[in-house]
Amino acid sequence: MIASLRAKDRAELNRRGFLRVSFAAAGGLFVSLYLDREATHTALAQEGNPQPPPQQSPKNFPPDAFVNIRPDGKIVIQVNRLEFGQGVHTGLPLVLADEMDADWNNVIAQLAPAADVYKDPLFGIQMVGGSGSIAHSFQQYRELGAKTRAMLVAAAADRWQTTPDKCRTEAGVVHGPAGQSATYAELAGEAARKPVPASVRLKNSSEFRLVGKRVKRLDRSAKCDGSLKFGLDLDLPGMKVAVVAHPPVFGARVKNINDEEARNVPGVLNIFEIPLAKGTGVAVVAERFWAAKQARSLLQIDWDLAGIEPADSAELWTTYRQLGRTPGNMAATQGDPAAIDKIAPSNRLVAEYEFPFLAHSPMEPLNTTVRFDGERAEAWAGSQFQTFDQAAIAEVLGLKPEQVTFHTEMAGGGFGRRAVTDSHVQREAATIAKRLRGTPVKLVWTREDDVQGGYYRPMHFHRVEIGVEADGLPTAWRHVVVGQSLLADTPFASFLIKNGVDQTAVEGAADTHYAIPNFHVSVHHPKVNVPVLWWRSVGHTHTAFVMETLIDELATRARMDPIAYRRKLLKPEAKKLLRVLDVLDQASAGWRNKLVRGHALGVSCHECFGTGVACAVDVSIENKRPKIHRATIAVDCGLAVNPLSVESQFQAGLSFGLTQLMAKGAITLKNGRVEQRNFDGYAPPYIMDAPAAVDVHIVPSTEAPTGCGEPPVPVISPAVVNALARLTGKRYRTLPLTSI
Amino acid sequence: MATYKLNVNGQPREVTVDPSTPLLWVLREDLKMTGTKFGCGISACGACTVHLDGIATRSCIVPISHVGDRPITTIEGIGSDAVGRAVQSAWVETDVVQCGYCQSGQIMAAVALLKATSKPTDENIEESMGGNLCRCGTYPRIRQAIKTAAAQLTKGAA
Repeated sequence: MIASLRAKDRAELNRRGFLRVSFAAAGGLFVSLYLDREATHTALAQEGNPQPPPQQSPKNFPPDAFVNIRPDGKIVIQVNRLEFGQGVHTGLPLVLADEMDADWNNVIAQLAPAADVYKDPLFGIQMVGGSGSIAHSFQQYRELGAKTRAMLVAAAADRWQTTPDKCRTEAGVVHGPAGQSATYAELAGEAARKPVPASVRLKNSSEFRLVGKRVKRLDRSAKCDGSLKFGLDLDLPGMKVAVVAHPPVFGARVKNINDEEARNVPGVLNIFEIPLAKGTGVAVVAERFWAAKQARSLLQIDWDLAGIEPADSAELWTTYRQLGRTPGNMAATQGDPAAIDKIAPSNRLVAEYEFPFLAHSPMEPLNTTVRFDGERAEAWAGSQFQTFDQAAIAEVLGLKPEQVTFHTEMAGGGFGRRAVTDSHVQREAATIAKRLRGTPVKLVWTREDDVQGGYYRPMHFHRVEIGVEADGLPTAWRHVVVGQSLLADTPFASFLIKNGVDQTAVEGAADTHYAIPNFHVSVHHPKVNVPVLWWRSVGHTHTAFVMETLIDELATRARMDPIAYRRKLLKPEAKKLLRVLDVLDQASAGWRNKLVRGHALGVSCHECFGTGVACAVDVSIENKRPKIHRATIAVDCGLAVNPLSVESQFQAGLSFGLTQLMAKGAITLKNGRVEQRNFDGYAPPYIMDAPAAVDVHIVPSTEAPTGCGEPPVPVISPAVVNALARLTGKRYRTLPLTSI
Repeated sequence: MATYKLNVNGQPREVTVDPSTPLLWVLREDLKMTGTKFGCGISACGACTVHLDGIATRSCIVPISHVGDRPITTIEGIGSDAVGRAVQSAWVETDVVQCGYCQSGQIMAAVALLKATSKPTDENIEESMGGNLCRCGTYPRIRQAIKTAAAQLTKGAA
């Protein structure tokens, strides 16, 4: 989601981390790590890196900030980010437990509440995004584990009147030179009085016991027997449930409410107007969800639409197409901008692409629970942006952020939808809770609220002109992108919008790994009255589609094998992509060259969030839709901390990427109103739409781990339409894929 | 408001609610059984799937007044059934879940499938599981887990 910093910077930042230890009466060892943020900022600025939004030095430290060795031998590890499917709730604890030599069977993972100590070491806010969960916290959790282990060993050495180097650890036990042994739980009290070592030796890869192994998820059983509680499952004594009637057009305001019928619904407690991030709405509070929803449907609201620009997809396309035929703000310039004009028209290709708005539609509808007690508040939410959401609730309630205890709840998916800089859901919940002082209230967004509520992947238009040489390779490429800026007016604007270019709109194109001597990418960011948001893999959702379908078209035109053509065109420094294409070539050879009649191969490759991915699919057409019989994926994500988790992300993440190929995979607006309401009108992939089998091949690597949450998404839809193009001879440049 | 006597996972339960309240919300809010999930409210995603008299049913669109005396089985109770146990254990063993929110519904649909068809083909799976949405996209492992459970049950029966 956000441009990644280099591995070197990560290592540098983490060396600046230090530990603080406190001993609590409960008899556990508590270790917490935080960063010297001032030094971090200075170092980043000096190296010319984008600076994270300003934040303050840590102030609050929960005593058991990261590790708590309980007297019963359980090791409770705090996870500094949201778990919403990506597996960090297992991934970071296994990293810490490995360095600590903890017994994995005794590890309990918990999602940490909002606190400065849990901020992302690079971004400076507590968040999940940019596929950075492992990439940013790998080193941090290794050091936490190693330092905790060192303190336990020092305590044991004292007890046995020996030196730490004569002791060894395994599965939660320290062993002494004369056959002594003590469990971590037995040593915890003494260990907590030891100084935190300034530096500590980390394991080399041959010493890992968990890292690099296929470790199953810690949350798997509780997610299979109904016992795991998500945010929406929260039940507090005296809790009420609220829903909000949102305006039919973004930004509209309530003019008049007739709530007579709604108030008669048994269980309805209160109905009142509330301010929204844009416009106003009507909150309905009831004893139960069903009463609140029934009452909302009985509200008669007159909306004031004065001064509001009603967005309309058809009109927007007209504007976008016109804009796309003019140069925008330059995002990439290399070589001669007029080179394309000097190439004979017969050697030129012009392509225009259209991508609609897309909703994230995580399975668990958005929700937040808040209780306001006057002096303090407590909040519960599955949040990708705890720092912002906590601050927003505090602002609404007239409190300081530290007066809001913010619990991170397990979330049923998110894909970016729970990372909203204006915290609009939390603001609604806080506004309602303020009115109901002392009473916990759970705000529920229904599926209709979600599908119609905005914060979509923006619409995009691309126009590309390509000039091809006799050898079939492109020598000139002129590319214009049109789409709303995601980052304008957010705290990220200052470091990710430069010269009028929002990097998130052109990433994956402007920084292409293909060697094209005359290469120019520019962008227009029109203002549109539709809230937009990053959608898993962000700009790559559309840029990879454009790049990979065009490169494939050029390969076909040159009568070259799609893998060989890509290899030939990639820059030599695109090492990850070259490696994954090699692996893909070998791994898919068995089926690729033996496709049955009516089936075709589709290939794509793309690098994002530091990870290189190549994809091959076997596709036929069934019932006028693409049928994906299998997919082979090659991935280079540096060290695969948990290969089972990497495999899961790729096997499943392809389906998320297929959303935009579905016949009903678009959000459209007419006269300001969203035309889809629920999964009947906006239909993401079901089991028959997904690849029947996905084999994932991970390139062995000892390089720093890179992202795996988002990189599965961009490759699949271009690969599928590249296969369709082989079957039908047509090119597919307008999404969703309503017909083949 | 009306009072209904229900049989949930073999236990008699009694609730007093508005007759239009969907079974889903009675389970979640009145009986505090939150394993059954709300996803769409229009029977389009399958997250709310329970068994009503053994039949996989979308509880979000069944008013409580229509339940009658049919026994209700939810994710919390499916483990006491041999097929349910096999499916849950195949799910855990295959590490199917990601966010996990849809998986109660997926498991309930899979149990119904395996009760009707002991050796399901890919087509059977697509047909029976075709209305259960998973936004994480865990479909390949769902297929795998269903086949593992089927093999386990066949072996157990032999």
